[in-house]
Amino acid sequence: MKNPRRTQRIAFFCLFLATLFIVVPVGLIVIIIFQKGLPAMTWQFLTDVPRQGMRAGGIFPAIVGTLYLVSGAILFALPIGLLAAIYLSEYARESLLTRIIKLAIVNLSGVPSVVYGLFGLSLFVVFLKFGASILAGSLTLGIMILPIIITTSREAIETVPQTFREVSLSLGASKWQTIRHIVLPNAVPGILTGTILGLGRAAGETAPILFTVAAFYLPQLPRSLFDQAMALPYHLYVISTQVPNVDEKIRYGTALVLLVMVLFMNLIAIIIRSQIRKKKKW
Amino acid sequence: MRKLKEFIIEKLIFISGIASIFFVVLIFLFLLKEGLALFKICPPLQFIFGKSWYPISDPPQLGILPLIFGSVLVTVGAAVISIPIGVACAVFIAEVAPKKSKEFLKAGIELLAAIPSVVLGFIGMVTLVPWVKQVFHLPTGLTALSGSIMLAFMAMPTIVSIAEDALYSVPKMYKEAAFALGATHWQTIYRVILPAASSGILAAVMLGIGRVIGETMAVMMITGNAAVIPQSILQPVRTLTATIAAEMGEVVSGSEHYFALFAIGIVLFIISFAINVTADLFLHRKPK
Repeated sequence: MKNPRRTQRIAFFCLFLATLFIVVPVGLIVIIIFQKGLPAMTWQFLTDVPRQGMRAGGIFPAIVGTLYLVSGAILFALPIGLLAAIYLSEYARESLLTRIIKLAIVNLSGVPSVVYGLFGLSLFVVFLKFGASILAGSLTLGIMILPIIITTSREAIETVPQTFREVSLSLGASKWQTIRHIVLPNAVPGILTGTILGLGRAAGETAPILFTVAAFYLPQLPRSLFDQAMALPYHLYVISTQVPNVDEKIRYGTALVLLVMVLFMNLIAIIIRSQIRKKKKW
Repeated sequence: MRKLKEFIIEKLIFISGIASIFFVVLIFLFLLKEGLALFKICPPLQFIFGKSWYPISDPPQLGILPLIFGSVLVTVGAAVISIPIGVACAVFIAEVAPKKSKEFLKAGIELLAAIPSVVLGFIGMVTLVPWVKQVFHLPTGLTALSGSIMLAFMAMPTIVSIAEDALYSVPKMYKEAAFALGATHWQTIYRVILPAASSGILAAVMLGIGRVIGETMAVMMITGNAAVIPQSILQPVRTLTATIAAEMGEVVSGSEHYFALFAIGIVLFIISFAINVTADLFLHRKPK
Protein backbone atom coordinates (compact mmCIF):
# COMPACT_ATOMS: atom_id res chain seq x y z
CA MET A 1 0.00 0.00 0.00
CA LYS A 2 1.22 3.45 -0.84
CA ASN A 3 1.28 5.77 2.06
CA PRO A 4 0.10 9.23 0.93
CA ARG A 5 1.62 10.92 3.99
CA ARG A 6 5.03 9.52 3.21
CA THR A 7 4.73 10.39 -0.46
CA GLN A 8 3.94 13.93 0.61
CA ARG A 9 6.98 14.12 2.87
CA ILE A 10 9.25 12.89 0.08
CA ALA A 11 7.68 15.25 -2.46
CA PHE A 12 7.99 18.29 -0.19
CA PHE A 13 11.58 17.38 0.53
CA CYS A 14 12.34 17.31 -3.21
CA LEU A 15 10.68 20.71 -3.66
CA PHE A 16 12.78 22.04 -0.81
CA LEU A 17 15.96 20.64 -2.41
CA ALA A 18 15.09 22.33 -5.71
CA THR A 19 14.68 25.64 -3.91
CA LEU A 20 18.01 25.21 -2.16
CA PHE A 21 19.55 24.43 -5.52
CA ILE A 22 18.65 27.95 -6.66
CA VAL A 23 19.14 29.94 -3.49
CA VAL A 24 22.47 28.46 -2.35
CA PRO A 25 24.39 29.20 -5.57
CA VAL A 26 23.01 32.75 -5.59
CA GLY A 27 24.28 33.22 -2.05
CA LEU A 28 27.62 31.69 -2.97
CA ILE A 29 28.05 33.93 -6.02
CA VAL A 30 27.43 37.04 -3.96
CA ILE A 31 29.69 35.86 -1.14
CA ILE A 32 32.56 34.93 -3.47
CA ILE A 33 32.45 38.29 -5.21
CA PHE A 34 32.38 40.17 -1.93
CA GLN A 35 35.15 38.08 -0.40
CA LYS A 36 37.55 38.35 -3.32
CA GLY A 37 36.53 41.82 -4.42
CA LEU A 38 36.72 43.65 -1.09
CA PRO A 39 40.54 43.61 -0.87
CA ALA A 40 40.61 45.60 -4.13
CA MET A 41 38.40 48.33 -2.70
CA THR A 42 40.73 51.21 -2.13
CA TRP A 43 40.12 54.90 -2.67
CA GLN A 44 42.59 54.74 -5.52
CA PHE A 45 40.75 51.88 -7.25
CA LEU A 46 37.52 53.86 -7.25
CA THR A 47 38.95 57.23 -8.26
CA ASP A 48 41.90 56.51 -10.54
CA VAL A 49 41.99 55.86 -14.28
CA PRO A 50 43.07 52.40 -15.53
CA ARG A 51 46.84 52.18 -16.00
CA GLN A 52 49.33 49.82 -17.64
CA GLY A 53 46.86 48.49 -20.20
CA MET A 54 44.16 48.09 -17.54
CA ARG A 55 46.36 45.85 -15.38
CA ALA A 56 46.66 48.47 -12.67
CA GLY A 57 45.07 51.69 -11.54
CA GLY A 58 41.37 52.14 -11.03
CA ILE A 59 38.02 52.08 -12.75
CA PHE A 60 36.86 55.67 -12.31
CA PRO A 61 36.08 56.39 -16.00
CA ALA A 62 33.99 53.21 -16.20
CA ILE A 63 31.97 54.18 -13.12
CA VAL A 64 31.37 57.68 -14.47
CA GLY A 65 30.49 56.31 -17.91
CA THR A 66 27.91 53.96 -16.45
CA LEU A 67 26.39 56.76 -14.37
CA TYR A 68 26.07 58.96 -17.47
CA LEU A 69 24.51 56.15 -19.52
CA VAL A 70 22.04 55.25 -16.81
CA SER A 71 21.00 58.88 -16.27
CA GLY A 72 20.57 59.39 -20.00
CA ALA A 73 18.50 56.22 -20.33
CA ILE A 74 16.18 57.20 -17.50
CA LEU A 75 15.78 60.79 -18.74
CA PHE A 76 14.56 59.35 -22.01
CA ALA A 77 12.49 56.43 -20.73
CA LEU A 78 10.79 57.86 -17.64
CA PRO A 79 8.64 60.57 -19.30
CA ILE A 80 7.56 58.32 -22.17
CA GLY A 81 7.06 55.31 -19.91
CA LEU A 82 5.06 57.25 -17.35
CA LEU A 83 2.80 58.88 -19.95
CA ALA A 84 2.32 55.49 -21.64
CA ALA A 85 1.33 54.00 -18.27
CA ILE A 86 -1.15 56.84 -17.74
CA TYR A 87 -2.58 56.22 -21.18
CA LEU A 88 -3.01 52.48 -20.57
CA SER A 89 -4.57 52.82 -17.13
CA GLU A 90 -6.63 56.02 -17.48
CA TYR A 91 -7.51 56.48 -21.13
CA ALA A 92 -7.29 53.18 -23.03
CA ARG A 93 -10.47 51.21 -23.57
CA GLU A 94 -10.71 47.51 -24.29
CA SER A 95 -9.91 47.68 -27.96
CA LEU A 96 -7.72 46.18 -30.61
CA LEU A 97 -5.31 49.10 -30.30
CA THR A 98 -4.89 48.53 -26.56
CA ARG A 99 -4.33 44.84 -27.17
CA ILE A 100 -1.63 45.63 -29.72
CA ILE A 101 0.06 48.13 -27.39
CA LYS A 102 0.22 45.52 -24.64
CA LEU A 103 1.61 42.96 -27.05
CA ALA A 104 4.22 45.47 -28.23
CA ILE A 105 5.31 46.07 -24.63
CA VAL A 106 5.64 42.32 -24.04
CA ASN A 107 7.72 42.04 -27.19
CA LEU A 108 9.89 44.99 -26.33
CA SER A 109 10.80 43.30 -23.05
CA GLY A 110 11.56 40.05 -24.87
CA VAL A 111 13.85 41.36 -27.60
CA PRO A 112 17.36 39.96 -26.95
CA SER A 113 19.72 42.59 -25.57
CA VAL A 114 22.21 42.12 -28.40
CA VAL A 115 19.45 42.87 -30.92
CA TYR A 116 18.96 46.21 -29.13
CA GLY A 117 22.66 46.71 -29.75
CA LEU A 118 22.22 46.10 -33.49
CA PHE A 119 19.21 48.39 -33.58
CA GLY A 120 21.05 51.16 -31.74
CA LEU A 121 23.97 50.78 -34.11
CA SER A 122 21.90 51.04 -37.27
CA LEU A 123 19.49 53.76 -36.11
CA PHE A 124 21.42 56.04 -33.75
CA VAL A 125 25.06 55.46 -34.64
CA VAL A 126 24.81 55.11 -38.43
CA PHE A 127 21.47 56.48 -39.64
CA LEU A 128 21.17 59.50 -37.33
CA LYS A 129 24.98 59.92 -37.39
CA PHE A 130 25.39 60.22 -33.61
CA GLY A 131 28.47 57.99 -33.90
CA ALA A 132 29.41 55.68 -31.04
CA SER A 133 28.45 58.06 -28.26
CA ILE A 134 26.83 58.43 -24.87
CA LEU A 135 23.74 59.76 -26.64
CA ALA A 136 23.38 56.65 -28.84
CA GLY A 137 24.03 54.29 -25.90
CA SER A 138 21.60 56.07 -23.58
CA LEU A 139 18.80 56.06 -26.13
CA THR A 140 19.35 52.35 -26.84
CA LEU A 141 19.29 51.52 -23.12
CA GLY A 142 16.31 53.83 -22.67
CA ILE A 143 14.18 51.94 -25.19
CA MET A 144 15.29 48.68 -23.58
CA ILE A 145 14.06 49.66 -20.09
CA LEU A 146 10.84 51.26 -21.33
CA PRO A 147 8.73 48.10 -20.78
CA ILE A 148 9.89 47.81 -17.14
CA ILE A 149 8.91 51.40 -16.43
CA ILE A 150 5.55 51.16 -18.21
CA THR A 151 4.57 47.91 -16.49
CA THR A 152 5.48 48.94 -12.94
CA SER A 153 4.06 52.48 -13.27
CA ARG A 154 0.85 51.11 -14.66
CA GLU A 155 0.47 48.72 -11.75
CA ALA A 156 1.09 51.60 -9.34
CA ILE A 157 -1.48 53.84 -11.04
CA GLU A 158 -4.08 51.10 -11.20
CA THR A 159 -3.89 50.39 -7.47
CA VAL A 160 -5.08 53.94 -6.69
CA PRO A 161 -8.74 53.35 -5.78
CA GLN A 162 -11.42 54.35 -8.25
CA THR A 163 -13.25 56.30 -5.52
CA PHE A 164 -10.36 58.82 -5.32
CA ARG A 165 -10.91 59.66 -8.97
CA GLU A 166 -14.68 59.85 -8.60
CA VAL A 167 -14.45 62.26 -5.68
CA SER A 168 -12.08 64.50 -7.60
CA LEU A 169 -14.22 64.45 -10.74
CA SER A 170 -17.37 65.14 -8.74
CA LEU A 171 -15.72 68.27 -7.32
CA GLY A 172 -15.44 69.57 -10.86
CA ALA A 173 -11.80 68.74 -11.57
CA SER A 174 -10.98 67.83 -15.13
CA LYS A 175 -9.61 64.44 -16.06
CA TRP A 176 -6.04 65.71 -16.32
CA GLN A 177 -6.32 67.64 -13.02
CA THR A 178 -7.51 64.44 -11.38
CA ILE A 179 -4.58 62.50 -12.76
CA ARG A 180 -2.07 65.22 -11.94
CA HIS A 181 -3.21 66.03 -8.39
CA ILE A 182 -4.91 62.85 -7.17
CA VAL A 183 -3.73 59.77 -9.06
CA LEU A 184 -0.03 60.48 -9.61
CA PRO A 185 0.84 61.62 -6.06
CA ASN A 186 -0.66 58.40 -4.72
CA ALA A 187 1.26 56.30 -7.24
CA VAL A 188 4.68 57.89 -6.70
CA PRO A 189 6.26 55.11 -4.61
CA GLY A 190 5.28 52.48 -7.18
CA ILE A 191 6.56 54.58 -10.05
CA LEU A 192 9.79 55.12 -8.15
CA THR A 193 10.19 51.35 -7.72
CA GLY A 194 9.85 50.85 -11.46
CA THR A 195 12.30 53.63 -12.20
CA ILE A 196 14.91 52.18 -9.87
CA LEU A 197 14.50 48.69 -11.31
CA GLY A 198 14.97 50.20 -14.75
CA LEU A 199 18.12 51.97 -13.56
CA GLY A 200 19.52 48.70 -12.24
CA ARG A 201 18.81 46.90 -15.47
CA ALA A 202 20.40 49.65 -17.57
CA ALA A 203 23.50 49.70 -15.36
CA GLY A 204 24.13 45.98 -15.77
CA GLU A 205 23.51 45.44 -19.46
CA THR A 206 26.49 44.98 -21.74
CA ALA A 207 25.28 43.84 -25.13
CA PRO A 208 23.28 46.98 -26.04
CA ILE A 209 26.27 49.25 -25.40
CA LEU A 210 28.86 47.09 -27.17
CA PHE A 211 28.54 48.84 -30.52
CA THR A 212 26.75 52.02 -29.51
CA VAL A 213 29.03 53.66 -26.95
CA ALA A 214 31.48 51.43 -25.11
CA ALA A 215 35.16 52.30 -25.40
CA PHE A 216 37.71 49.55 -24.89
CA TYR A 217 40.17 51.80 -23.12
CA LEU A 218 39.70 55.52 -22.62
CA PRO A 219 41.58 56.87 -19.63
CA GLN A 220 39.74 60.18 -19.52
CA LEU A 221 36.24 61.34 -18.78
CA PRO A 222 33.78 61.98 -21.60
CA ARG A 223 33.25 65.68 -22.22
CA SER A 224 30.08 65.74 -24.29
CA LEU A 225 27.08 63.65 -25.23
CA PHE A 226 28.82 62.73 -28.46
CA ASP A 227 31.88 61.21 -26.79
CA GLN A 228 32.49 57.54 -26.33
CA ALA A 229 32.72 56.33 -22.77
CA MET A 230 33.89 53.34 -20.79
CA ALA A 231 31.21 51.44 -18.89
CA LEU A 232 31.48 49.07 -15.95
CA PRO A 233 29.88 45.94 -17.44
CA TYR A 234 31.87 46.24 -20.66
CA HIS A 235 35.04 46.93 -18.70
CA LEU A 236 34.48 43.73 -16.71
CA TYR A 237 34.00 41.82 -19.95
CA VAL A 238 37.17 43.31 -21.42
CA ILE A 239 39.44 42.65 -18.47
CA SER A 240 38.15 39.12 -17.98
CA THR A 241 38.33 37.94 -21.61
CA GLN A 242 40.26 40.36 -23.83
CA VAL A 243 43.25 41.41 -21.78
CA PRO A 244 45.60 38.66 -20.56
CA ASN A 245 47.31 38.68 -17.16
CA VAL A 246 45.00 41.07 -15.37
CA ASP A 247 45.34 40.69 -11.62
CA GLU A 248 42.41 38.67 -10.29
CA LYS A 249 41.87 41.29 -7.63
CA ILE A 250 41.04 43.92 -10.24
CA ARG A 251 38.56 41.63 -11.97
CA TYR A 252 36.77 40.75 -8.75
CA GLY A 253 36.90 44.38 -7.66
CA THR A 254 35.21 45.53 -10.86
CA ALA A 255 32.59 42.79 -10.55
CA LEU A 256 31.97 43.85 -6.96
CA VAL A 257 31.45 47.53 -7.81
CA LEU A 258 29.00 46.60 -10.58
CA LEU A 259 27.18 44.10 -8.40
CA VAL A 260 26.88 46.50 -5.47
CA MET A 261 25.56 49.23 -7.76
CA VAL A 262 22.87 46.97 -9.21
CA LEU A 263 21.93 45.20 -5.98
CA PHE A 264 21.77 48.48 -4.07
CA MET A 265 19.19 49.81 -6.52
CA ASN A 266 17.18 46.61 -6.36
CA LEU A 267 17.31 46.65 -2.58
CA ILE A 268 15.92 50.19 -2.48
CA ALA A 269 13.14 49.13 -4.86
CA ILE A 270 12.28 46.13 -2.68
CA ILE A 271 12.23 48.28 0.47
CA ILE A 272 9.99 50.94 -1.09
CA ARG A 273 7.63 48.23 -2.26
CA SER A 274 7.33 46.56 1.11
CA GLN A 275 6.78 49.98 2.70
CA ILE A 276 3.89 50.65 0.33
CA ARG A 277 2.35 47.31 1.14
CA LYS A 278 2.58 47.98 4.87
CA LYS A 279 1.37 51.56 4.81
CA LYS A 280 -1.35 51.30 2.21
CA LYS A 281 -4.06 53.66 3.37
CA TRP A 282 -6.88 52.06 1.47
CA MET B 1 -6.37 78.32 -22.33
CA ARG B 2 -6.62 75.47 -19.87
CA LYS B 3 -8.57 73.50 -22.43
CA LEU B 4 -5.73 73.90 -24.90
CA LYS B 5 -3.12 72.83 -22.35
CA GLU B 6 -5.07 69.73 -21.47
CA PHE B 7 -5.64 68.97 -25.12
CA ILE B 8 -1.89 69.03 -25.72
CA ILE B 9 -1.17 66.92 -22.66
CA GLU B 10 -3.73 64.32 -23.64
CA LYS B 11 -2.26 64.12 -27.13
CA LEU B 12 1.19 63.62 -25.59
CA ILE B 13 -0.20 60.85 -23.42
CA PHE B 14 -1.71 59.15 -26.45
CA ILE B 15 1.51 59.43 -28.43
CA SER B 16 3.52 57.91 -25.56
CA GLY B 17 0.87 55.21 -25.31
CA ILE B 18 1.49 54.04 -28.83
CA ALA B 19 5.26 54.63 -28.59
CA SER B 20 5.85 50.95 -27.78
CA ILE B 21 4.28 49.88 -31.06
CA PHE B 22 6.39 52.50 -32.82
CA PHE B 23 9.62 51.20 -31.24
CA VAL B 24 8.91 47.54 -32.01
CA VAL B 25 8.24 48.43 -35.64
CA LEU B 26 11.30 50.69 -35.72
CA ILE B 27 13.55 47.91 -34.40
CA PHE B 28 12.25 45.48 -37.00
CA LEU B 29 12.57 48.00 -39.84
CA PHE B 30 16.15 48.90 -39.01
CA LEU B 31 17.15 45.25 -38.72
CA LEU B 32 15.54 44.64 -42.11
CA LYS B 33 17.17 47.72 -43.61
CA GLU B 34 20.66 46.35 -42.94
CA GLY B 35 19.92 42.63 -42.96
CA LEU B 36 17.92 42.24 -46.15
CA ALA B 37 20.88 43.43 -48.21
CA LEU B 38 22.49 40.07 -47.49
CA PHE B 39 19.81 38.13 -49.30
CA LYS B 40 20.72 39.80 -52.58
CA ILE B 41 24.08 38.06 -52.37
CA CYS B 42 23.25 34.96 -50.37
CA PRO B 43 19.79 33.33 -50.69
CA PRO B 44 17.92 32.89 -47.37
CA LEU B 45 17.92 29.08 -47.54
CA GLN B 46 21.66 28.98 -48.07
CA PHE B 47 22.05 31.41 -45.16
CA ILE B 48 19.96 29.35 -42.74
CA PHE B 49 20.99 25.86 -43.83
CA GLY B 50 24.59 26.55 -44.83
CA LYS B 51 26.91 24.36 -42.80
CA SER B 52 29.91 26.63 -42.56
CA TRP B 53 30.37 30.02 -40.99
CA TYR B 54 33.64 31.44 -42.34
CA PRO B 55 32.75 35.13 -42.62
CA ILE B 56 36.26 36.38 -43.36
CA SER B 57 37.35 33.83 -45.93
CA ASP B 58 37.21 34.86 -49.59
CA PRO B 59 34.49 34.46 -50.73
CA PRO B 60 32.86 34.48 -47.27
CA GLN B 61 30.79 31.45 -46.32
CA LEU B 62 27.80 32.63 -44.36
CA GLY B 63 25.84 29.57 -43.26
CA ILE B 64 24.39 29.92 -39.76
CA LEU B 65 23.42 26.27 -39.22
CA PRO B 66 26.33 25.71 -36.77
CA LEU B 67 25.24 28.79 -34.83
CA ILE B 68 21.62 27.64 -34.75
CA PHE B 69 22.78 24.24 -33.47
CA GLY B 70 24.91 26.00 -30.87
CA SER B 71 21.98 28.08 -29.65
CA VAL B 72 19.60 25.11 -29.65
CA LEU B 73 22.05 22.84 -27.80
CA VAL B 74 22.77 25.39 -25.07
CA THR B 75 19.08 26.26 -24.78
CA VAL B 76 17.90 22.65 -24.54
CA GLY B 77 20.55 21.98 -21.89
CA ALA B 78 19.48 25.02 -19.90
CA ALA B 79 15.79 24.07 -20.26
CA VAL B 80 16.40 20.52 -19.00
CA ILE B 81 18.05 21.93 -15.89
CA SER B 82 15.93 24.98 -15.22
CA ILE B 83 12.36 23.81 -15.94
CA PRO B 84 12.05 21.06 -13.30
CA ILE B 85 14.01 23.01 -10.69
CA GLY B 86 12.26 26.29 -11.45
CA VAL B 87 8.75 24.84 -11.35
CA ALA B 88 9.53 22.85 -8.19
CA CYS B 89 10.85 26.01 -6.53
CA ALA B 90 7.74 27.92 -7.59
CA VAL B 91 5.52 25.22 -6.04
CA PHE B 92 7.60 25.30 -2.87
CA ILE B 93 7.31 29.07 -2.55
CA ALA B 94 3.63 29.22 -3.44
CA GLU B 95 2.35 26.24 -1.45
CA VAL B 96 4.81 24.77 1.02
CA ALA B 97 7.09 27.47 2.42
CA PRO B 98 6.00 29.17 5.64
CA LYS B 99 4.97 32.78 5.22
CA LYS B 100 8.15 34.30 6.63
CA SER B 101 10.64 32.35 4.55
CA LYS B 102 8.43 32.97 1.52
CA GLU B 103 9.34 36.66 1.39
CA PHE B 104 12.98 35.81 1.95
CA LEU B 105 13.02 33.26 -0.86
CA LYS B 106 11.27 35.63 -3.24
CA ALA B 107 13.85 38.30 -2.50
CA GLY B 108 16.60 35.73 -3.17
CA ILE B 109 15.10 34.91 -6.56
CA GLU B 110 14.82 38.62 -7.39
CA LEU B 111 18.45 39.00 -6.40
CA LEU B 112 19.41 36.34 -8.92
CA ALA B 113 17.38 38.10 -11.61
CA ALA B 114 19.18 41.34 -10.84
CA ILE B 115 22.76 40.05 -11.19
CA PRO B 116 24.07 41.39 -14.53
CA SER B 117 24.78 38.69 -17.09
CA VAL B 118 28.38 39.80 -17.47
CA VAL B 119 28.93 39.19 -13.74
CA LEU B 120 27.40 35.72 -14.03
CA GLY B 121 29.61 35.08 -17.05
CA PHE B 122 32.67 36.16 -15.09
CA ILE B 123 31.77 33.96 -12.13
CA GLY B 124 31.14 31.08 -14.53
CA MET B 125 34.57 31.57 -16.03
CA VAL B 126 36.40 31.45 -12.75
CA THR B 127 34.39 28.73 -10.99
CA LEU B 128 32.24 26.60 -13.29
CA VAL B 129 34.56 26.34 -16.30
CA PRO B 130 37.57 24.85 -14.42
CA TRP B 131 35.17 22.52 -12.61
CA VAL B 132 33.65 21.19 -15.85
CA LYS B 133 37.12 20.75 -17.31
CA GLN B 134 38.28 18.73 -14.32
CA VAL B 135 35.18 16.57 -13.84
CA PHE B 136 34.88 15.50 -17.49
CA HIS B 137 38.66 15.43 -18.21
CA LEU B 138 38.34 17.84 -21.12
CA PRO B 139 40.99 19.91 -22.87
CA THR B 140 38.86 22.98 -22.13
CA GLY B 141 35.98 23.73 -19.80
CA LEU B 142 34.51 26.27 -22.21
CA THR B 143 31.70 23.99 -23.42
CA ALA B 144 28.02 23.98 -24.25
CA LEU B 145 27.43 22.30 -20.89
CA SER B 146 28.99 25.18 -18.94
CA GLY B 147 26.84 27.57 -20.93
CA SER B 148 23.72 25.51 -20.23
CA ILE B 149 24.32 25.45 -16.49
CA MET B 150 24.96 29.18 -16.29
CA LEU B 151 21.99 29.99 -18.51
CA ALA B 152 19.75 27.76 -16.43
CA PHE B 153 20.38 30.17 -13.57
CA MET B 154 19.35 33.07 -15.76
CA ALA B 155 16.12 31.36 -16.81
CA MET B 156 15.13 30.27 -13.31
CA PRO B 157 14.10 33.67 -11.91
CA THR B 158 11.72 34.19 -14.85
CA ILE B 159 10.29 30.69 -14.55
CA VAL B 160 9.91 30.85 -10.76
CA SER B 161 8.27 34.25 -10.55
CA ILE B 162 5.77 33.77 -13.39
CA ALA B 163 4.94 30.18 -12.39
CA GLU B 164 4.51 31.30 -8.78
CA ASP B 165 2.03 33.98 -9.91
CA ALA B 166 0.12 31.35 -11.86
CA LEU B 167 -0.02 28.97 -8.89
CA TYR B 168 -1.04 31.80 -6.58
CA SER B 169 -3.95 32.82 -8.78
CA VAL B 170 -5.58 29.37 -8.69
CA PRO B 171 -8.88 29.95 -6.82
CA LYS B 172 -8.77 28.98 -3.12
CA MET B 173 -12.00 26.99 -3.58
CA TYR B 174 -10.25 24.35 -5.67
CA LYS B 175 -7.85 23.64 -2.85
CA GLU B 176 -10.53 23.62 -0.18
CA ALA B 177 -12.68 21.26 -2.22
CA ALA B 178 -9.77 18.83 -2.62
CA PHE B 179 -9.01 18.97 1.11
CA ALA B 180 -12.68 18.35 1.90
CA LEU B 181 -12.54 15.17 -0.17
CA GLY B 182 -9.69 13.94 2.02
CA ALA B 183 -6.77 14.59 -0.31
CA THR B 184 -3.38 15.31 1.24
CA HIS B 185 -1.70 18.64 0.54
CA TRP B 186 0.67 17.02 -1.98
CA GLN B 187 -2.17 15.21 -3.77
CA THR B 188 -3.98 18.52 -4.00
CA ILE B 189 -0.93 20.24 -5.46
CA TYR B 190 -0.23 17.45 -7.90
CA ARG B 191 -3.76 16.68 -9.07
CA VAL B 192 -5.59 20.00 -8.66
CA ILE B 193 -3.37 23.07 -8.40
CA LEU B 194 -0.71 22.18 -10.99
CA PRO B 195 -3.25 21.28 -13.71
CA ALA B 196 -5.27 24.40 -12.93
CA ALA B 197 -2.15 26.58 -13.30
CA SER B 198 -0.78 24.71 -16.29
CA SER B 199 -1.20 27.43 -18.91
CA GLY B 200 0.53 29.99 -16.70
CA ILE B 201 3.35 27.54 -16.00
CA LEU B 202 3.72 26.86 -19.70
CA ALA B 203 3.99 30.60 -20.32
CA ALA B 204 6.61 30.83 -17.56
CA VAL B 205 8.65 28.08 -19.19
CA MET B 206 8.43 29.73 -22.60
CA LEU B 207 9.49 33.13 -21.31
CA GLY B 208 12.37 31.48 -19.44
CA ILE B 209 13.50 29.82 -22.64
CA GLY B 210 13.11 33.11 -24.48
CA ARG B 211 15.47 34.69 -22.01
CA VAL B 212 18.01 31.89 -22.60
CA ILE B 213 17.96 32.17 -26.40
CA GLY B 214 18.50 35.92 -26.22
CA GLU B 215 21.24 35.81 -23.59
CA THR B 216 24.52 37.12 -24.91
CA MET B 217 27.33 38.03 -22.55
CA ALA B 218 27.48 35.04 -20.23
CA VAL B 219 27.18 32.70 -23.19
CA MET B 220 29.92 34.43 -25.11
CA MET B 221 32.24 34.25 -22.12
CA ILE B 222 31.87 30.57 -21.28
CA THR B 223 30.85 28.50 -24.30
CA GLY B 224 34.18 28.67 -26.12
CA ASN B 225 32.90 30.32 -29.32
CA ALA B 226 33.74 27.63 -31.88
CA ALA B 227 31.47 28.01 -34.89
CA VAL B 228 31.23 24.32 -35.80
CA ILE B 229 28.28 21.94 -35.63
CA PRO B 230 28.69 20.36 -32.17
CA GLN B 231 28.84 16.58 -31.77
CA SER B 232 28.26 16.57 -28.01
CA ILE B 233 27.37 18.90 -25.17
CA LEU B 234 30.96 18.72 -23.95
CA GLN B 235 32.27 20.66 -26.93
CA PRO B 236 32.69 24.38 -27.41
CA VAL B 237 29.84 25.98 -29.35
CA ARG B 238 28.96 29.42 -30.57
CA THR B 239 25.44 30.79 -30.34
CA LEU B 240 23.62 33.25 -32.60
CA THR B 241 23.79 36.01 -30.01
CA ALA B 242 27.47 35.53 -29.20
CA THR B 243 28.34 35.67 -32.90
CA ILE B 244 26.80 39.11 -33.26
CA ALA B 245 28.40 40.43 -30.09
CA ALA B 246 31.84 39.00 -30.83
CA GLU B 247 32.10 39.91 -34.50
CA MET B 248 30.28 43.20 -34.90
CA GLY B 249 33.19 45.10 -33.38
CA GLU B 250 35.64 44.01 -36.07
CA VAL B 251 33.42 43.93 -39.10
CA VAL B 252 33.77 46.33 -42.04
CA SER B 253 30.59 48.42 -42.25
CA GLY B 254 28.68 47.58 -45.42
CA SER B 255 30.43 44.25 -46.06
CA GLU B 256 28.61 40.96 -46.54
CA HIS B 257 29.68 39.95 -43.06
CA TYR B 258 28.10 43.12 -41.62
CA PHE B 259 24.79 42.39 -43.38
CA ALA B 260 24.94 38.76 -42.25
CA LEU B 261 25.19 39.79 -38.59
CA PHE B 262 22.07 41.92 -39.01
CA ALA B 263 20.36 39.00 -40.73
CA ILE B 264 21.12 36.92 -37.61
CA GLY B 265 19.51 39.76 -35.67
CA ILE B 266 16.36 39.36 -37.78
CA VAL B 267 16.30 35.63 -37.01
CA LEU B 268 16.63 36.34 -33.26
CA PHE B 269 13.95 39.03 -33.40
CA ILE B 270 11.50 36.67 -35.11
CA ILE B 271 12.22 33.87 -32.62
CA SER B 272 11.67 36.15 -29.61
CA PHE B 273 8.56 37.65 -31.21
CA ALA B 274 7.05 34.18 -31.73
CA ILE B 275 7.88 33.06 -28.19
CA ASN B 276 6.49 36.20 -26.56
CA VAL B 277 3.27 36.29 -28.54
CA THR B 278 2.59 32.60 -27.81
CA ALA B 279 3.41 32.97 -24.12
CA ASP B 280 1.14 36.00 -23.94
CA LEU B 281 -1.71 33.99 -25.46
CA PHE B 282 -1.26 31.33 -22.78
CA LEU B 283 -1.14 33.90 -19.99
CA HIS B 284 -4.33 35.63 -21.11
CA ARG B 285 -6.30 32.56 -22.01
CA LYS B 286 -9.79 33.00 -20.65
CA PRO B 287 -10.34 30.57 -17.76
CA LYS B 288 -12.97 27.96 -18.58
